[in-house]
Amino acid sequence: MSVLSSRDWGNLALCAIALAIAACLPWTAGAYGLSIGVTIAMYTVLATSWALFSGPTHYISLASAAFFGVGTYVTGIGIQYLPYWTLLPIAGVSGAVMAALVGLATLRLSGVYFVIFTLGLAEFVRQIITWSQNISGTKGIYVLTSIGEMHIYWQLLGLAALVWLLGWLIGRSRLGFALRIIGDDEAVARHSGIDTARAKILLFMVPGAVAAITGAMLAPRYVYIEPSLAFSPMLSFQVVIMALLGGTGRLWGPLVGVIPFTFLWEAISVSFPNQTTLLLGVCFLVIVYLLPKGFVGLIDLAARRMRSAEGYV
Amino acid sequence: MDILITGLLLGGTYALIAMGLNLQYGMARIMNLANGEMLVAGGFVAFWLWTGSQISPLLTVFVVAPVAFLLNWLIYLIFLRPLVKRAKSRGQLEVDSILTTFGLSFVAVGLMLAFFGGDYFSYSYLSEPVHILGDTYGANRVAAFLAAVVICGLLWLWLNRSRAGMTIRAISVAPEAARLVGIDVRRTAALAFALGGAVTATGGALISTFLTLDASTGVIFTLKALVIVIMGGVGDVRGTIVAALLLGLLETFVARLIDPGLTLAAAYLLFVVILLFRPQGLFGRPTT
Repeated sequence: MSVLSSRDWGNLALCAIALAIAACLPWTAGAYGLSIGVTIAMYTVLATSWALFSGPTHYISLASAAFFGVGTYVTGIGIQYLPYWTLLPIAGVSGAVMAALVGLATLRLSGVYFVIFTLGLAEFVRQIITWSQNISGTKGIYVLTSIGEMHIYWQLLGLAALVWLLGWLIGRSRLGFALRIIGDDEAVARHSGIDTARAKILLFMVPGAVAAITGAMLAPRYVYIEPSLAFSPMLSFQVVIMALLGGTGRLWGPLVGVIPFTFLWEAISVSFPNQTTLLLGVCFLVIVYLLPKGFVGLIDLAARRMRSAEGYV
Repeated sequence: MDILITGLLLGGTYALIAMGLNLQYGMARIMNLANGEMLVAGGFVAFWLWTGSQISPLLTVFVVAPVAFLLNWLIYLIFLRPLVKRAKSRGQLEVDSILTTFGLSFVAVGLMLAFFGGDYFSYSYLSEPVHILGDTYGANRVAAFLAAVVICGLLWLWLNRSRAGMTIRAISVAPEAARLVGIDVRRTAALAFALGGAVTATGGALISTFLTLDASTGVIFTLKALVIVIMGGVGDVRGTIVAALLLGLLETFVARLIDPGLTLAAAYLLFVVILLFRPQGLFGRPTT
C-alpha cells in the first residue's frame, strides 16, 4: 500500500470533522430528531456496505434483511448469556459465514439467480425461526438493556466510519481492482487470471457482516423481537433503493440517497401509511429511467458542465 | 395416496402460473418480477365478479385473459422495450429489467392496496366434495386442475404446431439467428410477454377459487414460479410442467407431514439443491 498523499490526509481530516459534528446530534436534536438520526445512520451503514459489493459487480443483493435479522436474533438470544459487547463480533462473524455460504451457492451463476436466491433468503430464515418458535412454544424475545437511542446512534456512526474506511482500503487494494474488472467484463477478468468467484464471495461477506452487526446494534431499540419485524423484506428493498438513488460509483454516494429518502419515507408513512409500497415502486422506476447513476451521476454531470463553462476542459 | 393427488392437483395449477413466467423469461427474455402481482390481480377480478354478480371464475377466465394480454402488451411497449433498445449487453438488460419489474410490482401492490384494501380475500365457489379413488377433494381444486390441463395442452399444441408458436420458440433458442431468417424478434418478444401475462392472470383467477390471497402475496407466487421455471429449465415447456407437479407434491408432503408453515422454506431448499447440482434445470441444456 502506498503512502498517503496530502490530498488523502485532507479528505481524512474532513471526514473526521464531519463525523465529529454528526456525533453531536444527540445534544442538539430532540427525541424525534435523534430517532430520525438513528434511522439515517442505520441505512447509511447498510446502503454503503451494500454498494461496496453491488456497485462494482452489478449483482443486486436482496439479502440485507436476512443478515440484519440474524444479527438481531444474535443479540436477542445472546443477551441472556453474554455481555453485549461480545455479541457484536459474534453477529458479524455469523453474517460473514452466512454470506460466504450464499456466495458459494450462487455467485458462480448468472445474476438473476443471485437476485432470486437472496430475495428468498430472508423469507426462508424467517419461516425456520417461526417454525422453531412454534415448536418450542415461545413467541418473541424481550431485549432489555440499558442501551439507549443515543448509544445506538454513536455505535452506528462508528460502524459507518469503519465501513467507509474499509471501502476506501478495498478500493486501493488488489481485490478492489479485481472487482472493477469483473464489473466491466467478467469474461475478461476470468481470462486474465482473476478468480472471479473468490473475489465476489470475499466482498459479499462485507455487507453480510455489516448488516448482521447493524441488526445486533438495533435489537435493544426494538425491545421486543419477533420474526416478522427482524426479517422485514421492506428493509432489503429500501437499502437497494437508497444506495442506487444516491449512486454506487462513489463511497459517499449512498449517503446522498439515504438522507432524502428517509425524510420522504417518513413523510409518506405518516400521512399515507398504505402508500409506502407505491413510493418504493415509483423510486425503482425513477432510478431506471431517469437516474441510472443516481444523484452522484447528476452531481458529476453538473461539475463537468461547470468546469467546461469555465473553460478548463 | 391422498397427499399424492392433492399434490398433483396443486401442481397442475402451478404449472399454469409457471408457464406464464416461462413465456416471459424464457422467450421474451424479461425476468418479470411483477408476475405474481398479475396473478393476484387475476384473482381479484375473479373474486370481484363472483361476489358482485355471481359470475363463475371459470367464465371470468375469458374476460381476464384478453384484458391481461392487452395490459401486458402495453407494459412491454411502454416500460420494457426502451430497456431492450438501450441495453448494451444481456447483463445490463437483466439488471434494468429486474429493477423495473420490481418497481412495477410495488406500484401494482400499492394500487391494489388503495383500491381493495389490505384484507385477505377468499370466496366459496364449488366447495362441494368430489370422490376420487375413495378419498374426497374439493371440486374447485379439481376444476382448476382440469382447466389448467386444458390451457397447458392448448398452449403446448400452439407452441409446437403453429407457425406463430414456432417463431416464439425460435427467438427463445437463438434471437440473432431468428432475425436472420426474417422473424420480427421485437414483435414476437412482445407477443410472448403479453401471452405470458395472460396465462399467469388466468392461473390467478383459477387459484383464487381455493387459495386465500391478499394484495401483497404476489411475491410468494413469483418466487414459486421462478423456482419451477429454473428447476424445469428456462424456456422448456415440458420441464416446467414436470417441475410444477414436483413442487406441488413436495409442498403438500411438507404441509401434511411436517408443518404447513414450512412450504415456502421447502420450495427454497429445493431451489438451492437445484442451483448446486443442476443449474441448467432438469431438461435444460448446459449453457455455453
